[in-house]
Formats: sequence, structure tokens, C-alpha cells
Amino acid sequence: MKSINDRSQDIGPFVSQTDDAIIICRCEEITKGEIRQAIHDGMFTVNEIRRYLRAGMGLCQGQTCGKLVKNLIARELNVIPDQLDPATSRSPMRPVEMKVLGNEEVSHV
Amino acid sequence: MSKYNDVIIIGGGIIGNATAYYLAKKGLSVTVLEASKDIGIGGSSRNGGGVRQSGRDTRELPLAMWGIKNLWPGLSEELGVDVEYTQKGNLRLGKTAAHQKILQGLTDKAVSCGLDVRMINGDEIRAINPYLSDEVTCASWCPTDGHANPLTATLGYYKKARELGVRFITESPCFELRKIKGVIRQVVTPDAIYEADKVLVAAGFDSRKILATVGIDVPMMPLKMECLVTEAEPPMFLQMLGTADADFYGHQSKHGSFVFGGSSGFEHLNKDNGSPISSSIGASCTCRGIIKYFPALADAKIVRAWAGWLDDCADHVPVISPVEEVPGLYIACAFSGHGFGIAPAVGYNVAEMIADGHSTIDLSALRYDRFKPKQ
Ligand SMILES: Cc1cc2nc3c(=O)[nH]c(=O)nc-3n(C[C@H](O)[C@H](O)[C@H](O)COP(=O)(O)OP(=O)(O)OC[C@H]3O[C@@H](n4cnc5c(N)ncnc54)[C@H](O)[C@@H]3O)c2cc1C
Repeated sequence: MKSINDRSQDIGPFVSQTDDAIIICRCEEITKGEIRQAIHDGMFTVNEIRRYLRAGMGLCQGQTCGKLVKNLIARELNVIPDQLDPATSRSPMRPVEMKVLGNEEVSHV
Repeated sequence: MSKYNDVIIIGGGIIGNATAYYLAKKGLSVTVLEASKDIGIGGSSRNGGGVRQSGRDTRELPLAMWGIKNLWPGLSEELGVDVEYTQKGNLRLGKTAAHQKILQGLTDKAVSCGLDVRMINGDEIRAINPYLSDEVTCASWCPTDGHANPLTATLGYYKKARELGVRFITESPCFELRKIKGVIRQVVTPDAIYEADKVLVAAGFDSRKILATVGIDVPMMPLKMECLVTEAEPPMFLQMLGTADADFYGHQSKHGSFVFGGSSGFEHLNKDNGSPISSSIGASCTCRGIIKYFPALADAKIVRAWAGWLDDCADHVPVISPVEEVPGLYIACAFSGHGFGIAPAVGYNVAEMIADGHSTIDLSALRYDRFKPKQ
């Protein structure tokens, strides 16, 4: 299986595509072209793309675009999508107001 | 590709990446070995983004001040990535006489090192940040402090170093260093043995295990700390914030979300699941702390919480040093929870130390052999 660990491997030049303007991450409005460019900047994992561009960091936390981003990386690097880990999931499951998350009786006797 | 380099760096966090970049700029050949699948997965992607001088130990302060003066302002342009550096000051907040005493002590020390920091009262505080509750009665104010985006800064150094020819190899944990004829030579990973004239260990608290293979020890322990982030809110304020009581610290990012870190008091006892998973009490406790200072944020929604390890040193100050006992070996670790703000300055000065044998900032107070028994 081809490895993506050597980050200096030749993945060819960035070639623009006709649908580069379509939005992949709706929450943060990140386009396909931006994601493909980030891969050519060296971001070879879903976590790295997320941290570099904020794709998957918005309100839905990547529940919509996570798979799309993974497939884009796989295609650009010419590996199978299963080889790539999904982005790390984090609590809380849904956005929660601070006053709700912090609403807990703590009695210091 | 050749496994020989001028320099091998162990650890692809912001310290390793920044040093790689400044070494490549000097024309050296560099390979960075990262244990995990992701570049910057450690503390570098998990921190609160504070770029501050106030509150720093006097041994670390010269690095912090030099980096803020010389590197941070031009960093976005230099790396070709928006690191969101925002220099709008730091307020360290207090509510009680005990807090005032803590803040005054920190302020006096920083002033003696030439830093522009002063104590201000409740009215002055609310003139700077009108959202703070009336409970806040005192603060230290350092106008040249600020914050930046740790994710883009860490990956920005990676991107730029890679462009300059630095080779990064992920999933390559170093488990042994080897000397040949008394000098450092080999870095051993499960898949390959790499060779270099010089080796920098910048692997966070894991540096301890790696250094042990050549008989060197840095007295530090892992400490798990937690952070959280809100959804994007309208712009409210630009300062970096902290408190005398350490209930929370944080800032509003360029994107609009508030990034806050906090502590529950159980950090030193946190469960180690092998990965830094946030506890069930951390985020709730931090929220309560924040609301007391910022009642207006009570309705802001938390979208994400996470945890990260600090490499907490015996004296809470980093170890940045050549190791004369093992010629060719260098250490940059034990940042004790404040390695992000000084990372550009550390990378620049360590690159000088490795390439030229001396650095712009005198780092002798941060040597690895400074730890002495109490009697
Ligand atoms: C919750 C939290 C909040 C913080 N807030 C702030 C703040 O506001 N301001 C500030 O200045 N600092 C802050 N810090 C501290 C700051 O994040 C760190 O000091 C800084 O990121 C250290 O960078 P590093 O490159 O040394 O470590 P890391 O980013 O941890 O990088 C070390 C790398 O080494 C790799 N590694 C480990 N073992 C091996 C091995 N055997 N072989 C190869 N690679 C290996 C790891 O996978 C990791 O990628 C905070 C830290 C935390 C956890």
C-alpha cells in the first residue's frame, strides 16, 4: 500500500479544475479548490486540512463535509480513502450554551 | 532518498517545525520525524494561542520579548499563511486583595526586566474591555501582549519548511538515539535508521524517554489541560485575557469564536487514557469561571472541547540547550504550558545554536544541567 508518510513525495503540480469553486464545507464556506490547494501545501490528513482551513470546524463539526474532504485528499494523493483517518470527534455532541454546560450544583462543604 | 542529513529533528510540533524552517533558510539539509500521523498533533494544535510576556519567568522573558518585537509581526507574510497575530494587549484579571497581591508581584518582576506592564483599576479595565463584570477590581495590563492562531502558525511553519526542502516523515517514532565514536549519529525508528551530524529532540514530554537512551534526563512530567471553543460571535474584544486565580484564559479569534482554557483543580490527577481526552468536569467548570467574569457570554454556545498535555518542567521553565556530554545533541522541550508564544523565537535561536554555535538571545539560563538537589 502506498504510504503518505513521506511528505516530500511528488504528487504532481496543482492543476485547477472547473468545479474548484464549489463549496465543500458549508459551515465555514471552504471550496474544493481551497482544499486541493491545501493538499499541495502539504496537508495530507483530514485533521491537518481541518486545522489549516477550518473545514469541518464550524457548527456541524464536519458531520456533513468530513467524508467529502477525505475523498478529495485520497484522490489528490492517489490512495484509497480507507487509508485516511476521519477527523477527531470532540464533545459536546451538539452546541451547548455556556450557562447550560456550566449549570451544575457544586457544593463546597 | 538519502537517510543522511545535516540535522534531524525529532517532533513535528511548532518547535520542531519552526527550527526546521530557520535551519533550511540557512541552507542546511533537515529531516523532521513525527511519531503520529498528523503534523502538529501535540500541544501545538491544542493550546490557547497566548503570545505574552507578562507573567513569564525572568529566564524566559528575553525570548518572549525578542520574538514579539522581531518575528511575530511579520510572520504571516513570511510563512504565506495567516497566523492571525493580534497585538492588542493582555489583561490579567483579579477580584480580591489576594489576587491584587499576586498580580503586583508578577508586575514588579516584569517591570524590572524592562517590560511595559502596569496595574490598573476596575474603571480602567472596563474602559479597555466593557464586557467585564463589576466583580473585576484589578488587573495587570501589558499593551504589547497578544494572541495568534496556533493551528495555522504550526502548519504554516511546516508548509514553508517543506517548500524549502525540509523532509517531513510521519508515523516515525524515534525510540533510540545512538552515538558513534562518542558523538551523536543515529536516530532509530521502527522502519529506518536516520543519520545526521546534529540531532534536535523537540518531542514534548516524550523527549524524556528519547533522551534517556543516551543517558540524559530532563525533570518534567505530563500534565493534562483542557480548552473549549464557542461558535462564532460578533466581534467583542481583541485582548488576550487571563486571571490571577487561573480560572480561565483566552481570547476571541479572528473567526469570531472564543477560545478559552481553564482548570478544574484536578489536572495533576487526570486520567491518562493514552490520548488526551477531556474530562467530564473540565468544560463545565471553565464555563462557570468565564460567566463570572463575562456575564454576556452565558448564551454563547460551546461547539468543541479538547485536552492536551503540557511538558511541565521541575521549575516550569523550558530546557533549550546543547548537550556537551553527547556532542551534536540539542534539546528544546519542557515548555511547561507556554511554548507557543515563544516558538518563533525558540526556532530562530535554536537554528542559530545548531548552525552557528551561538544564538542571538543568551539561553544559558535554560540549560539542561541547571537542576540541582536542594542540599
Ligand atoms: C491546553 C494547552 C494550552 C496551552 N496554552 C498556551 C498558550 O496560551 N500560550 C503558549 O505560549 N503556550 C500554550 N501552551 C503550550 C504550548 O502548546 C506548547 O508549549 C507548545 O506547543 C510546544 O510545542 P512543541 O513542538 O514542543 O510540542 P508538541 O506540539 O507537543 O510537539 C511534540 C511532537 O513530538 C511528537 N513526538 C512525540 N514523541 C515522538 C517520538 N518518539 N518520535 C517522533 N516524534 C515524537 C509528538 O507527536 C508531537 O507532534 C498550551 C498547551 C496546552 C496543552
